Amino acid sequence: MKHIIIIGSGVAGLRCAIELSHLGIRTTILEKQSTIGGKVRGWYKLFPSFTSADDVVGELLRQVTSSEHITIRTECEAVGITPHVVTLRGGEQLECDAVVVASGFELFDARQKEEYGYGIYDNVITSADLEDMFNRRAVKLTNGGSPRRIALLHCVGSRDAKVCQHHCSKVCCVTGVKQAMELKKMFPTADIFNFYMDIRMFGPGYEEMYREAQADYNIHFVRGRISEVSPTIDNRLQIKAEDTLTGRPLKMGVDMLVLLIGMKAGASNALYESECNLRRHESGFMQPRDHFLGNTESNVKGIFYAGTVTAPKTIGESLNEAVVVAHSAAEWIKHTA
Amino acid sequence: MINFGFSISRPRTIDIDRNNLHKSNEIIAAMPELQTCIGCGSCTATCTAGNLTEFNFRKVHTLVRRGEYQGAYEEMNKCMLCGKCRLVCPRGINTRGIVMLIKRKIGDF
Amino acid sequence: MKRSTWTDYQKDIADNDYYYARSCIRQNFFPGSEKAFLNIVGKDLGRNIYDDPLHTSCTGIGYHADIVPLDTIMAVVARQFALMTEAGYENFTSSCITSFGIYTELLSTWEEFPETEERTRENLYKATGREFSKPKNLAHTSDVIFHHRKEIAAKAKRRLINAFTGEPLRVVEHIGCHYAKIFPKAGIGGSEFPYVLAGMVEEWGGEIIDYPERRHCCGFGFRNYLVQANRGYSIANSHKKLESMAPYKPDFIVTNCPGCSMFLDKWQYTIAEMEGTTYGQNGCGIPVLTYEEMAGLVLGYDPWELGMQMHQVDVEPLLDKMGVEYDPSAKYLGINGKYIGKPEAAVVNSRAKDTLYKIRK
Repeated sequence: MKHIIIIGSGVAGLRCAIELSHLGIRTTILEKQSTIGGKVRGWYKLFPSFTSADDVVGELLRQVTSSEHITIRTECEAVGITPHVVTLRGGEQLECDAVVVASGFELFDARQKEEYGYGIYDNVITSADLEDMFNRRAVKLTNGGSPRRIALLHCVGSRDAKVCQHHCSKVCCVTGVKQAMELKKMFPTADIFNFYMDIRMFGPGYEEMYREAQADYNIHFVRGRISEVSPTIDNRLQIKAEDTLTGRPLKMGVDMLVLLIGMKAGASNALYESECNLRRHESGFMQPRDHFLGNTESNVKGIFYAGTVTAPKTIGESLNEAVVVAHSAAEWIKHTA
Repeated sequence: MINFGFSISRPRTIDIDRNNLHKSNEIIAAMPELQTCIGCGSCTATCTAGNLTEFNFRKVHTLVRRGEYQGAYEEMNKCMLCGKCRLVCPRGINTRGIVMLIKRKIGDF
Repeated sequence: MKRSTWTDYQKDIADNDYYYARSCIRQNFFPGSEKAFLNIVGKDLGRNIYDDPLHTSCTGIGYHADIVPLDTIMAVVARQFALMTEAGYENFTSSCITSFGIYTELLSTWEEFPETEERTRENLYKATGREFSKPKNLAHTSDVIFHHRKEIAAKAKRRLINAFTGEPLRVVEHIGCHYAKIFPKAGIGGSEFPYVLAGMVEEWGGEIIDYPERRHCCGFGFRNYLVQANRGYSIANSHKKLESMAPYKPDFIVTNCPGCSMFLDKWQYTIAEMEGTTYGQNGCGIPVLTYEEMAGLVLGYDPWELGMQMHQVDVEPLLDKMGVEYDPSAKYLGINGKYIGKPEAAVVNSRAKDTLYKIRK
């Protein structure tokens, strides 16, 4: 029986394994972490439908664990990849007929943007921290109180040459709108300000959601990037930005600042390039063979890409790629028998 | 007091904490569609008054929303109420209605 | 404050054998500070430091005011390095932040564009016959004091503690913009959370205040204050900082830049005379110290020997708070006991407004 190794157990890896099992192909999912499910596991609700992240990941996990074709190995890091052998850290070698790299992305470390004081000032949190707070039903200030004014800052670690992240992370804009709406529902009397450089609402229902946030939730959108965060004497945060649409500097005190952190290329990508002859884009993400006719294939035949290993993507896009890859890989191993 | 030949420049910063947002909240509550402005500038581009004076509808209503009311009434008075801006607004905002609302709210401020 | 980031920004600071470059303006406004630095480094710490009478201004003020062209300032800086080389030194330390910024910037320019270094070497040789080696180590003098802060603490006669309450003194630190805003890696702690002065204050018992406008420029800005008509927005920057720090009730301000010390001190006088506003407790100004003066007080130097009588804002309230013994009658007696003159009363040093009017009329 043919065997495909999938690197990464995020939504793309899981979905790919499920599709391959439908096609009667045995797979082994290798996960570096001790738990499977990837980053979506840490999320609460998903844009634009406010679907529970648990429902999505839960359904994928249910299908994966009920399939006899799928083997899962956690705490396994692939350090060498060829279409027929995957080498694990520690030296163990696994044989296969093709490899799907679905190792995803890293969250940008907000401490690199020192001026925002993440890790220094209380109540400066990241979008991922906020999702965790939502999940724990514990959205509150460090003193236990409720925020009366909240700012969300878009593009933290995206479109920023200063931290070598030139790319747009794609999902943060809509995440910012989603989180602003969730916060408003939770704290109806709070003032919520989103600071953005551009609002990129590219997907189905996204622009409508943005409009709803403006008109029905009274979220204030200020076009301007926060330049600096400082503490105030009453333990709040002072933020400075330019209100570029009026051409004037603007400042205000807020109780909570949410940094919408971007997607950074996966930590293993450098290794894929140096050890596995796989091509990497200068953004750090893996470079598909061709943008149009081979965007889920690597430059090495028999090694495929699914999900955010090649670029920032939404969950839906990652899932779609996983299905495409499953069929491409199945087709490929048929001809290499 | 000594005259040093210069005075201390006043800050240009919009200080949200210091501004009284009461009027601005009332305006937004009366016509929430104003918040949907995406700053495209088509209203100003087509504005009869804006082509002849400094009047910039987009900028004035944005300032009003930030609690900067000074001069807003006088600015809105420059509007000729021709209605072209309402035709071009991609968000469908009743811009003429906004002009009248701001004048009404700020006028008695 | 959880200052977790400052340790990421470290730099090598030479431990001994410094070639010293003075500031153009400090000797007018804080005249005891540079002398105190030489004494602290040379006598208290027993290090070798050379105060070269041949060196000149770096021409940084002229450069930033668009008067001195780039090639000229590069040749002047090259001459300073040549003097250092001739004197047999490799560690250059400058008393001025503007100069420190200039040296950092030009060394980096020469690194990035080697042809500019070649041109400078040629110009210097043609003009003076001198040749130079680049310093092995470049540090601002506040870096040098920071480097020795623990040794100074060990020799301390006093600490930055309120003698009446036993509480740490509350200190505003202000870093000159060109210390780390041009090259964050050139400064201890980087540009957002600089630690060079905070490290001294904390080591010597004080407490640092983090206030909203901590990172804001003092407004010096070279050509902006040189022209009288432009001073309104120069002073507005100090005004903004003072307004922002006042609610925290700081005991004093310490800075590492000649311009900042001067402006934060003297603009307090100007603001008080213009608007009647003072920012310190008891209706007075907030004393502004240089880090050498702060180190000097900690090491037990006499405040008048440190030149603190030349401050615009009186330092006596701080000296009393620290329990420093001083002779009030000696304040305006110079080094050799000769009366140096006394400034007129000013709003910034006056506790009660009504007595003030009597004095001024």
